[in-house]
This record gives sequence, structure tokens and C-alpha cells, in this order.
Amino acid sequence: MSQHTAHIEEHRDDEASKLGMWLFIFTELLLFGGLFLVYSIFRMQYPVEFRECSLELSVTIGAINTVVLLFSSMTVAMSMTAIQKNDMKKALLYIGVTLFCAAIFLVNKYFEWSGKFHHGLYPGSELMTHLDRGHHLYFSLYFFMTGLHALHIIIGMTLLFVCYFKVRKNTIHSQDYVLLENSALYWHLVDLIWIFLFPLMYLIS
Amino acid sequence: MSNVSANSEYVSYLDHQGKYKGIMSWIMATDHKRIALLYMYSIMTFFIIGVVLGIMMKLEMLTPGETIMKAKMYNSVFTLHGILMIFMVVIPGLSAVFGNFFLPIHIGAKDVSFPKLNRFSWWIFVVGSIMAVLSQVLKDGPPDTGWTFYAPYSTTTSSNVIMATAAAFVLGFSSILTGLNFIVTIHQLRAPGMKFFNMPLFPWALYATAWIQLLATPVIGITLLMLIAERAFHIGFFDPALGGDPLLFQHLFWIYSHPAVYVMMLPAMGVITEIIPTFCQRQIYGYKAVAVSSLAIAGVGFLVWGHHMYTSGMSDTARWFFSLLTFIVAVPSAIKVFNWITTMYKGSIDVKPPFLYALAFIFLFIIGGTTGLLLGSVATNVQVHDTSFVVAHFHYIIFGGMGFAFFAAIHYWLPKMYGKMYDFKMANIGLVINFIGFNLLYFPQFIIGIQGMPRRYFDYPAKFQPAQLVSSIGGFILVTGLIIMIYTLVKGARKGAPAPANPWRGSTLEWQIPSPPSVENFDEEPVIKENPYDYK
Amino acid sequence: MANNTTHTIEYQSLSKTLLILLFLTFVTISIASVQLGAFTLAVALLIACVKSFIVLSHFMHLKYESLLLRILVAMVFVLFALIVAITFIDYAFR
Ligand SMILES: [Cu+2]
Repeated sequence: MSQHTAHIEEHRDDEASKLGMWLFIFTELLLFGGLFLVYSIFRMQYPVEFRECSLELSVTIGAINTVVLLFSSMTVAMSMTAIQKNDMKKALLYIGVTLFCAAIFLVNKYFEWSGKFHHGLYPGSELMTHLDRGHHLYFSLYFFMTGLHALHIIIGMTLLFVCYFKVRKNTIHSQDYVLLENSALYWHLVDLIWIFLFPLMYLIS
Repeated sequence: MSNVSANSEYVSYLDHQGKYKGIMSWIMATDHKRIALLYMYSIMTFFIIGVVLGIMMKLEMLTPGETIMKAKMYNSVFTLHGILMIFMVVIPGLSAVFGNFFLPIHIGAKDVSFPKLNRFSWWIFVVGSIMAVLSQVLKDGPPDTGWTFYAPYSTTTSSNVIMATAAAFVLGFSSILTGLNFIVTIHQLRAPGMKFFNMPLFPWALYATAWIQLLATPVIGITLLMLIAERAFHIGFFDPALGGDPLLFQHLFWIYSHPAVYVMMLPAMGVITEIIPTFCQRQIYGYKAVAVSSLAIAGVGFLVWGHHMYTSGMSDTARWFFSLLTFIVAVPSAIKVFNWITTMYKGSIDVKPPFLYALAFIFLFIIGGTTGLLLGSVATNVQVHDTSFVVAHFHYIIFGGMGFAFFAAIHYWLPKMYGKMYDFKMANIGLVINFIGFNLLYFPQFIIGIQGMPRRYFDYPAKFQPAQLVSSIGGFILVTGLIIMIYTLVKGARKGAPAPANPWRGSTLEWQIPSPPSVENFDEEPVIKENPYDYK
Repeated sequence: MANNTTHTIEYQSLSKTLLILLFLTFVTISIASVQLGAFTLAVALLIACVKSFIVLSHFMHLKYESLLLRILVAMVFVLFALIVAITFIDYAFR
């Protein structure tokens, strides 16, 4: 192997990796930002319809998912604390709990979506095209935004899975945990977006 | 273990033997210099295809009515020309090629922060490009929406819009990762003693550019996803029949695509800012003003997108507001032009091809910039909107600006990149022909644009015939010039005389190391000067 | 090792943060059923902003990061707010 690549690898720069992750989070924020912009314009144009539609969603499921995500955000932060304290057992436990919460979130989402699908309400469906304009736009936004968010949950879960096994194999440890730190940052991002999605989708009084 | 170490003899990055041999040593390269060359070869290929498409349009416009193609075909040709030239040539152009090569060297670093990510960026650039090509050959026929993909036409046409937008999405991802890499590199890898305000101005320009790439590209990404969903599921965001708003697509599209103009232009300005001090042997006038103006352009550039939408039914308040902001964003660009010209004053000017290209850039950029103000003001814009005046304006900016800056950059840095020198006389001949051809090609379009020649039409009334003829002839002259230029450069890079380490008496760090550089750029610790343009 | 620069946050402080976030969630939900008219959206957004500020500063360790990074994060949110505001100059006056 050339000294060139060897050089790059021996110079681990956690500060750089972390900054890189933050920059990536910025791009994710603006990705969702585009959708929030669309949301805000249509909500302004169809306030009544948006309220009517939000009544169709179950605040309970939304609230449970919010609590689950907030809780998982805490546990993933705790796994960081555990790693820093060199407590591998606790770190594994907290990553595991986070993954479990993520799974609960997805299961909830699954039931929520399949309920809608059951009533013939899904993107491109016969029913959707017969809804009036505001309702149609609301549900399009609902599926698009929560769908994209769920996709991010899955990406975050994959990252945390990798971290889980790396902690077990001891390749993530108290001296080298930037991968876990970055995955945790990503997980918080998912939480951050949900913090806005929840009131905007479920709580239009 | 290796043949490169602190005190052994130097091996250029082109001859260096790593883990991989032959073609794999390029495809698997993590060296920023090799990746830069990979980008350059891909981009030059797409550029040549784009030029061929351009010439096909010029042939079509030679006479009124159908000349060599039908209207539908013409739509596909200008769409592909736009997609290729914008997403695959000018947006990655300067930052992925010369940024990759010289950003680490300018700041005294051995590579970018994430070399493997850099390689990955190029890979997905290639994937995106292949998808763009596929959109042309798949069974539904090439897209005919123009590179802007405006709804509602793009949501209803039967052509391969989904593939083309997916290609743009992937190419955007490549652009984001390059930007991310550059920002981290500039923050983390500056050589000891190099503060932000000790950096040369090319890295400054790349830094501002990288922020735009990072923050604006996701917006087009999500917009293209919405467009795909609109076609696949009729989500209705852009469909008035379903309550949506086609104008919203234009907003989202230009929220990215106006800043994208600065992704092209800022590194171009950065290149010119490097070349002028070198060939005038003079400190750049107003270093800090030039550095900060890059950031100002990037910042304000985010807020002016609406000037592309004056005639599309936006509110009057928004129209004057965007017009005002557009005039403001012209100020930092003008600052740069003043500073370049003032730098030349009383300098000992060495008239070599890179400098001449820089002069050509300034000339063309001033024409492009001032006609841009004409378009930025609502009253005049309404008159010439969607005419060939607009076409002429943005070709003066993108080709006359970014394109000529790219030519300037390659003439400036080719001796460093290949360690060979090209023939000055041939380069100058190419330059003169390019300059004449360019102006003949695009200037007449300003005039017939004011007279009412619409853009994107394959036909025109007979009264525009003389101007169209001049324009087409200009196109052929320009192509001749490009052939001469590329021939000269390729011949120089392959068989030219060996170039010294510092052929132009430049003062930035790349001129302190051998030509071509070694794999690690700096075999000895570079000497960091407080002032990168320190000419006695 | 100098490479790990991240501040360690104690478990207790993390669970306290969670309690605050849960409380704010509770407030959001209960306020949604109260008729505040035009203020409902403003209050909901305000609470969401406070919550995300807490997540950013505590869970994401931003409180202990460099000033530069904090400025960059703020800049991204400001940029987004500006883009929304400017788009509304069109939609609000059409
Ligand atoms: Cu513009």
C-alpha cells in the first residue's frame, strides 16, 4: 500500500468527520425545508380544508410517536455518554433501546398508513383524485412528508445497527467513537424534523 | 513500504505506483489531483457533445423554417444541450476540476479532508451522467421540457422526464458532496500559520461556492422528487386542476438555480483573481474586499431568484422586491471587476495566453453583467423576457464568463498539472478565433431579441435572417477556435517541452512545488506567507 | 486522546432534558384544543422552535461546540426563514 493512503488513514480527524456530519445535516434540513415551504403555502391557501383533514389523523398515535422519538433521542445521547465513560454494556443497552423505539415508531406508522390505505386513501388512488383540492393537497403532503421522514428513520436505524455491531466488536470504544457520534447526530435530526411535523400535521385546531 | 518518503527522490503523482495498476489506478484513485483529471476528462467529453448539439441548433437556425430538423427534434436538442451544459459541465466544471486540484495545494494541505468521499463524488457524477444519457435513448423519447423542467408541461409530456430529473438529482448529490468536502477541508486542513485571510482568493471563492452547493442543491433535489411524485402519483402540488400551483415549481426551481449561477461564476472569478496578480506581478488590489465579496455574492444570491419569474404572474410587491435585491447582488460582482482592473494599473504586465483569456473574460463578463441588470429591472425584463436577448445574456455569463475562465484556468495551470508547456503562438491564435467567434455568435442575438425573436423556437420570420446568419457563422468560427485550442492543449500536455516549477513567476503555493506535483504535494513543509500575493 | 473533543453529558442531565421536552409536547397538544384563533399556529411553531433549540443544544451537544459551528447552524435556520419569508412576499400579495 502506498504511503499516501496510509498517511490519510493514520491521521484520524474526528473534528473533520463531525463537521462533515453537521454539514450533511444542513442539507437534510433544507431538503425538508423545501417541503415545509410547500406546506406553508398550501396551508395559507386552504386553512379550512387542512384543519378538516388533520381531524382525520389520530392525535394519540402522533403523540405516542412523538414521545417515542423524544425518548429514543435521549437514549442515543446516553449511549454516547456511556461510550465516553467506557461503559460498553450500557452503551449497547442504550443503542438497543433506541433501535427498539425506532421500530415502535415504524410499526405505529405502518398501522397509521395502512388504515388510510384501507379506506382507499393513498397517493394516486381513485379516492385521492376525487377529493377536493385542499384535502387532496393535505394528504399528498402528509404522505410525502411522513414517508420521507420514515425513510430517514430507516437510514438512521441502519446507521445505529452498524454502530451496535461495531461497539460489540470493540471497533467503537472510548477512544474512537466518532461514528456513533455522527449516527446519533443523524438520529437527533430525525427527531428534530418530527418536532415540526407533529404539530403541523396532527394539531391543526 | 513505499517509494515516496520525506527524503527520497521525488515521484510525480502521474507516475506514482499505488495499490492499483493501470486504469484501476485512476478509477480507484483517492488523490485529489487524479480525481481532478478524471473530472476534467469527463467534463470535456460532455462539453464536446454539448457543442455538437449547439452547432446542430445553429444549423437549424441558418434559414427560416425547417432546415435540418423538425420542431420536436429541436426541442429535444436544446433540452439535452441545456442539461448537459448546466448540470454536467458548468456546475461541476471549475470547482470539481481546478478546485479539486488546487484547493488543497493552495492551503498547504496534502489532500482534501475526505479523499474517499471525493472519489465517491466522481463515481456518482458518472452514474448521474449515464442516467442523463439513458433519458435520451429510452423508449418514451428524449425529454423536451428545456433544462428548467417547468411544470405543468413537465408533468404532462410523455417524454422521459423522470429519468432526466433523477439524473439531475444524482448529479446534485455529487455536487453536494464536493461542496461538503471543500468546506471541511478549508476549515480543518489549512497549513499551520495560514489563517482565513492568508488564503489565496481562489480557495475563498471555492469556499463561498461550496456553501451554495451545500445549501441550495437540496432544494432542487426535493423539487425534482416532487416532480417525479407529481408524474407518478398526481400529488397535485404543481397541478392547478388539483389545487396546486405551477408557479410554486418555478419558485422552488429558481431557489436553487439562481444560486447555481454563482456555483458557476464564483470559482470563475476566483480563477481570474489568481491570474491577474501573477501576470501583472502586483499585489491584488483590495484583497479583503475581493474575499468578502465572494461571501456577499453567495449570501445575497440566495434571495434574488424571483427575477426569473417577472412575467409569470407573481405579485407586484414580489416583483419590485426581487428587482431591488437583484441590483444589490450586482454590487459585489462589480467590486471584483474594479479590483481586477485596478490591479493591472502600473503593473508589469506579461501578456501570455492565460492573461489574455482573463482579459477576454472581463470583457465578456461586463457585457453579460450589464445586460443582466437590464433583465433584473422589471420594466425592461417584461419586454425581452423569453427572447433571444436572454439567451445571449446567459451565454455571455456562462460561456463568456465561466467558459472563458475555464480556458484561462487550463492555460494557467496546465504546466503545473502535466509538467509540460503548450505552444503560446497557437494558444493565442485559438484565443483570438474563440473571441471573435463568440461575439459573432451571441451579440446578434441581443439585437434580434430586442426586436422580438423568441427563444426556443426553431423557426423565425425572414427579417431575422441576416442576424441569424451572422450568428451561425460565428458558431462555426467558435468551433474552429475550440478545435485549435483543444489540439494545442492536448499536444502540449502530451509532447510539450518540460515546464519549470514556476513558469509565470506566480507567488501562491502551487508554484513552490515541482511540476507536476508529487503525490503528497509538499515533500517539505511549505513556507506560508502572510500575504499570498507578495510581489516585490 | 486529543481527537475526542466532545463534552460528556451526564445521564441525569439528559433525562432532565427529556422531561422538559415531554412537558412541552404536552403543552402543544393541550393548547391545540384551546381556541386561540390565529395564535394557535404561532404558539405551536414557537413551542416547536423551543423544543428543537433544546434538542440542538443538549442532545446534539451544540452547547459545548465551537462558536463557529453554532453560528453556522443558526445561519442555516435564518436562511430558511428568509427564503420562506421572501416566497410569501409573492403569495401574500397576489
Ligand atoms: Cu438569476
